[in-house]
Amino acid sequence: MTDAAKDKTLQHSSVQDELSKPARSQWREIWVQFKSHRGALFGGCLFMFIVLGVVVGPFIYWNDAKFVPTGRDFITLRDMRPIYHALWDPSAKMDWAYPLGTDNLGRDMLARLMFGGRVSLAVGMAAMILALILGSLIGVLAGYFKKLDGLLMRMTDLFLALPLLPMILVAAVLFRESLSKSIGPEGGIFVLIVCLIGITSWMPTARIVRGDVLAIKEREFVLAARSIGTKPGSIISRHILPNVLSPIMVSATLGIATAIITESALSFLGFGFPPDFPTWGRLLNDAVDRMTLFPERVLWPGILISLTVLSVNYLGDGLRDALDPRIRGR
Amino acid sequence: MLTFTIRRLIIAVPTLLFISLVIFLLLELAPGDPMAQVPLTVPPEVKEKMRLALGLGEPVHIRFWKWIVQFFWIEPQVLVDHIFGTSFSAGDLRVISWQTRSPVMDIVVQRLPQTLSVVGTAYIVAILIALPIGIYSAYRQYSWFDQLGTFVSMVGFSVPPFFSGVLVIVIFSVQLGWFPSIYDTTLEVTSWETFVKQLQQMVMPVMVLALQITAQLSRFMRASMLDNLNQDYVRTARAKGLGEYTVVMVHVLRNSMIPVVTVIALGIPSIFGGAIITEQVFKVNGIGQLLIGAIQANDLPMVQTLTFIFAVLIVLFNLIADVLYGILDPRIRYD
Repeated sequence: MTDAAKDKTLQHSSVQDELSKPARSQWREIWVQFKSHRGALFGGCLFMFIVLGVVVGPFIYWNDAKFVPTGRDFITLRDMRPIYHALWDPSAKMDWAYPLGTDNLGRDMLARLMFGGRVSLAVGMAAMILALILGSLIGVLAGYFKKLDGLLMRMTDLFLALPLLPMILVAAVLFRESLSKSIGPEGGIFVLIVCLIGITSWMPTARIVRGDVLAIKEREFVLAARSIGTKPGSIISRHILPNVLSPIMVSATLGIATAIITESALSFLGFGFPPDFPTWGRLLNDAVDRMTLFPERVLWPGILISLTVLSVNYLGDGLRDALDPRIRGR
Repeated sequence: MLTFTIRRLIIAVPTLLFISLVIFLLLELAPGDPMAQVPLTVPPEVKEKMRLALGLGEPVHIRFWKWIVQFFWIEPQVLVDHIFGTSFSAGDLRVISWQTRSPVMDIVVQRLPQTLSVVGTAYIVAILIALPIGIYSAYRQYSWFDQLGTFVSMVGFSVPPFFSGVLVIVIFSVQLGWFPSIYDTTLEVTSWETFVKQLQQMVMPVMVLALQITAQLSRFMRASMLDNLNQDYVRTARAKGLGEYTVVMVHVLRNSMIPVVTVIALGIPSIFGGAIITEQVFKVNGIGQLLIGAIQANDLPMVQTLTFIFAVLIVLFNLIADVLYGILDPRIRYD
């Protein structure tokens, strides 16, 4: 057999191989690419672990986050050190029933961390969803309807020029009382903070989505859809939205990260949730005054915030690579 | 270029006016009451008089107009008077703080040096650290240095300043005792000892702020270098026998710096926002802390003026970034 003929059969067999393999769906391709990004896989697992621990943890764990001991119990239970403290200081006050110790009111730290994590993550997710809905809506409208483009993009520019952190702080103080009265102290502040973060962080999503919609709008399949009389609403929902899903998903993950950081910053500055309603930022803020004596109370909430944000950032990085078909093949 | 700059300057005026209106209305429509702190024993008619004394009696549009005139017409006159010793503003009413009953801008001018020294130093330090890291990790892509740099910048990106600040206080101030944990703004640099003290107290806030900026800038620098390293002109430069140093540091670096410079300009206003938290952690007596104090004390003129100053910074540096981009990159033509 000559070399050329050999080449041909090889080529033939490789094509045959390709054809005989089961067809892989797009999501499978994405998953394969995502798996190969080690940081993203690790970030995803860590984020899952934190979410699970925070959601399921309080059902398994034996101490209650809201329980405040009184009388004699208060003296015996307060200011307990974490159990690992025994490694270098065996005489420290601690108890195996309180793995991470208790605070100065005798409340269990681990239970409070889990409860605080629930609130922080809930705020992060809710604010992200709000920002995403606003951002995609404005981005799609501005990209698809030429009449709205100028107006909506000027509005986006204006929002980007606002000093956001100072305005969030101001609004958090000014609207706190009335919302607390109408919805209840915790629910009111939850709604307030979610709305503030959501309303101030939709602009990057809107810009990215608009850019993509502008490009996709000119493609043949949209022209084809329009030529058979599809209405703008269904063109957007059936043909354009699925194609801009990947930038939206990437900005969703990054949105969670910024929302968690903003919420913690608000709580840290004392403009967030009330003191008996812990979030990670609030726990950190409460612990700062006595951090010379009890550094662990500062460290745990801080580490949890940082780990969550880090894992989400890696997740977003991996998603960006996995969802981009230009990178995926390589 | 000049027409573009002028056009942008003209557009900036309505933008700023609109932003000041948004801030004003936010403060105005909010249900918070500036008289909430007054004791309940004060009779209502006295309270009403106090409201009038604060200038709250007039309708919204008149108060907004008054604020505009005071901020854009009288305050610049005060500045001119201060510099040249003239007396244009004699007898004019300035923006008065409700907390201290003194002009807001005087307090801002007192507080500004502290913020500027910390933020400015942090920014310069961050640029000096970030650029070499970005350049080298792009040049040796996927080397251990690059992997480490990417990881560190990811961490710097993720650790919020209110945690990294507290962390360095616990480590360097409480455990090791190297630096003071509180920034002493009354310290005057007169001798070598006070200079050392000033340096010591600046190290921690500057490093905390710089960590964040470095993380963003070095990532950006790396991406920009990577874009340019694969361009044809780099191959041409190598093909004609230029040294590796010249290729990277002259040809590639100069082209990669174009977007980075604009990012540096765009980042300056957000750094002032980020400094609010860092100032709170290290008790730096700057404008960030002034803002927090004013919000807590319901001092609306102060809050409005400070927020508006932040907005002016953002609009100004956006403009500078756009103009710089046009000047640095001859391929960009706005006209």
